[in-house]
Amino acid sequence: MADVTLMKTPAETALAQAFESAKTTLPGNAESRAQAFEQFNLRGLPHRRVEEFKYTDLRALLREIAPFAGVPTADETKVALQGSKAFSNVAALQVPFVNGHFVREAVDFHNLPEGIELVPLREALADGHEWLAHLSPVPWASDNPVYQLNTSFMADGVMIRVAGSVETPVHLRFVTAAASAVATATRVLVVVEEGSSFTLIESHESTDGANHQPNDVVEMLVGDRTNVQHVRQNAEGDRTLALSTLALKIGSEAVFNSINVVTGAATSRHQVYAILNGENTNLRVNGATMLKGTQHGDSTLVVEHNALHCESRELFKTVVDDEATGVFQGKIIVPHHAQKTDGRMMSAALLLGENAAMNNKPELEIFADDVQCAHGATCGQLDEDLLFYLMARGLPKKEAESLLVQAFLGEAIEFVENESAREALVGTVESWLKART
Amino acid sequence: MPAVQETIDQVRSIDVDQYKYGFETEVEMEKAPKGLSEDVIRFISARKAEPEWMLQWRLDAYKRWLTMKEPTWARVSYDKIDYNDIYYYAAPKKNPAPKSLDEVDPEILKTYEKLGIPLREQEILAGVEPQSRVAVDAVFDSVSVATTFKEELKKAGVIFMPISEAIREYPDLVRQYLGSVVPVTDNFFATLNSAVFTDGSFVYVPPGVRCPMELSTYFRINEKNTGQFERTLIIADKGSYVSYLEGCTAPKRDENQLHAAVVELIALDDAEIKYSTVQNWYPGDAEGRGGIYNFVTKRGDCRGRNSVITWTQVETGSAITWKYPSCILRGDNSRGEFYSIAVSNGMQQVDSGTKMIHLGKNTTSRIISKGIAAGKSDNTYRGLVSAHRKATGARNFTNCDSLLIGNQCGAHTVPYIESKNASAVFEHEATTSKISEDQMFYCQQRGLSEEEATALIVNGFVKDVLQQLPMEFAVEAQKLISISLEGSVG
Repeated sequence: MADVTLMKTPAETALAQAFESAKTTLPGNAESRAQAFEQFNLRGLPHRRVEEFKYTDLRALLREIAPFAGVPTADETKVALQGSKAFSNVAALQVPFVNGHFVREAVDFHNLPEGIELVPLREALADGHEWLAHLSPVPWASDNPVYQLNTSFMADGVMIRVAGSVETPVHLRFVTAAASAVATATRVLVVVEEGSSFTLIESHESTDGANHQPNDVVEMLVGDRTNVQHVRQNAEGDRTLALSTLALKIGSEAVFNSINVVTGAATSRHQVYAILNGENTNLRVNGATMLKGTQHGDSTLVVEHNALHCESRELFKTVVDDEATGVFQGKIIVPHHAQKTDGRMMSAALLLGENAAMNNKPELEIFADDVQCAHGATCGQLDEDLLFYLMARGLPKKEAESLLVQAFLGEAIEFVENESAREALVGTVESWLKART
Repeated sequence: MPAVQETIDQVRSIDVDQYKYGFETEVEMEKAPKGLSEDVIRFISARKAEPEWMLQWRLDAYKRWLTMKEPTWARVSYDKIDYNDIYYYAAPKKNPAPKSLDEVDPEILKTYEKLGIPLREQEILAGVEPQSRVAVDAVFDSVSVATTFKEELKKAGVIFMPISEAIREYPDLVRQYLGSVVPVTDNFFATLNSAVFTDGSFVYVPPGVRCPMELSTYFRINEKNTGQFERTLIIADKGSYVSYLEGCTAPKRDENQLHAAVVELIALDDAEIKYSTVQNWYPGDAEGRGGIYNFVTKRGDCRGRNSVITWTQVETGSAITWKYPSCILRGDNSRGEFYSIAVSNGMQQVDSGTKMIHLGKNTTSRIISKGIAAGKSDNTYRGLVSAHRKATGARNFTNCDSLLIGNQCGAHTVPYIESKNASAVFEHEATTSKISEDQMFYCQQRGLSEEEATALIVNGFVKDVLQQLPMEFAVEAQKLISISLEGSVG
């Protein structure tokens, strides 16, 4: 019944109004924005009858649209950044965003690490920068309503070009700290030139108590023989509805590792759309999600193997406490020319709370006959035997549980190469467990 | 790993152009007027001499159906079906309700002979062990032409007869259970079936009775431009056991024919139903012309405590298969099982799987599915395992493997795993490597390679179920079972 035209919800009407009033002031090509919005508007907010949003019904979840955030004042920016704690132990090039706006003053453009070029997106859009041609690399993403909304409303962001081996990680620090609820739309484009290597860290924080609605997109165009480490953390506020997309287009003989660690937001949905266009590329996409209360956390993933001999590994671990709901939807696509593909996708969930729920949908779509693809999904409680074993050795129950959960999540985190980033993530797991009552 | 040669040969031997059952029988038929209308439904109901409530039931379904839309979510594509270009009722003109086998049109008897379906009780008895006897209900287009061993079964208290007869003879039983598992409004094809179903089998096994023989129904589509809409209802009362088998074939034709069946199983306390299918409808030719559209709703309700329902299917036929034999595990400690082998060739499209819905406490389910795609076919496994809030201690194990032969075909897996109960333990696996490590170790310790050990273990228990398939098409099924697991892609 997907083709039934439904009446516009108040949120959809509000979005249309917001777009109408914002489109003249937003930077860049008005036409491509209008096109994206029209595409979005055709179908409206996705609901449970739209297969990709079956478990995260945005029509029901997005009742009201918060006003899009304006440029923060210097004071607001200062306060916001002072309150931001994510990855504070990691030495990195700081690229902060406050309320969806790039904080220009925080970056010393004359002393960027060697191999890094950085262009504020607002200016790039206004000038019609040549790199803009790289936006929207993956078909799966451009058909996606969340991505379309971002394209329609993107107000700011940065474009980064990486050439050579860059030691210093780049840290995109997103902070939403407006007193009342705001919506943001940021876009980051990263072009990694052939033979380069670098580490990208993303952190997403927002203040508690306000229904913030961030929608951010990171697009990466990754060249041949590159090595990219990507570490992302969602530590959004307790009432935030966070939508995010990572769109990857990867060349040959590349190594790309990504992890997303989620503890925050009332509702979050992180989408990864990756296409492997070159041979012998190795992709890893991991997730570690911790949910409690009535949180809802969705990890959605589509990996398309578009070339020979590529390997992909997806490991998603979800711990669901109280009455929270976890979602994993993954899909590996292997067209008939992508022979010798080796793809493995695993989603494991631990339900700690009696009323916790988990929805798993690991899909395979395979057209090539000489490939190895596997998927697995498990869902259950902590192993009673293991608990007993630990308790028999004198550990109190809670400690034993924590130890097992740490080990469970650790599997997804352990590959992170940057030691301080890994420590920060392990610390996040520890403090989440400590806060359990 | 690519498929091994042996597998390729075996799959080739059942390729679409090797279809053995494509002959046609010349029988004069009586048909309802072409198309679907209230009048046609009244016609069917009158031919079956149905009580008024049944007619009303059908008409209500028809009204509902008119408001429904054909589902589009399955991974299959076909030209729009003109539901008014189908004959909904076709029965042999000569004596449509034969009282004994002697009254059945000899042409029809010849057909079943050719298909290898034993309709004469004495023939079956001759030289065969009594345990392997099978009672057959033979459905030819829209009517049941013969049902064997009826009397003997009756002595054991088992009711086994065409559903049209059951509606007349056991109206209370039928009325109590019909539509209680697959409601009239369930889905487009089930609603259509409710309006126009013509025949099928009815089985009732009374409390504590172990059905003395295998029951089976053999469906044959023969007439041109017809659709077959059979309805099967099986009730296993407390503590009873029944094993039921169905087979199906159709002639080779360039047109597509629709088969929209509904099967309902009800298992009460401590009862067990085994339902096996060898689906071998005409798959169309190599270019995708013709073939049966097999749009079937099959569902079992483990209504009682400790009840068990097992679905086993070997799917080789049909141009399009859209079929999800499911179990509603309502009773505490009930168990649902689904074993499937789906082989697609030529231009076939298969979208099949199962649903295991855990409602009761300590319910368990197991899904084993093997999809093999060759030629230009598409083979999709689509399955749901869900645990509701009260399904404490629910357990599921799913294993679905697929194998591709050639790079023109596709194999897809779309599993949904939904748990709303923390104590439910669900495992979904798409590789064969994780079968009980103990068993693997044991086999390997005795010198078997990992591959051999895996094959032995998986084939071991699937074989167990499939070996119970009767008649000559069991041979076909056996062939499929021996297909090597080598080259499995998950």
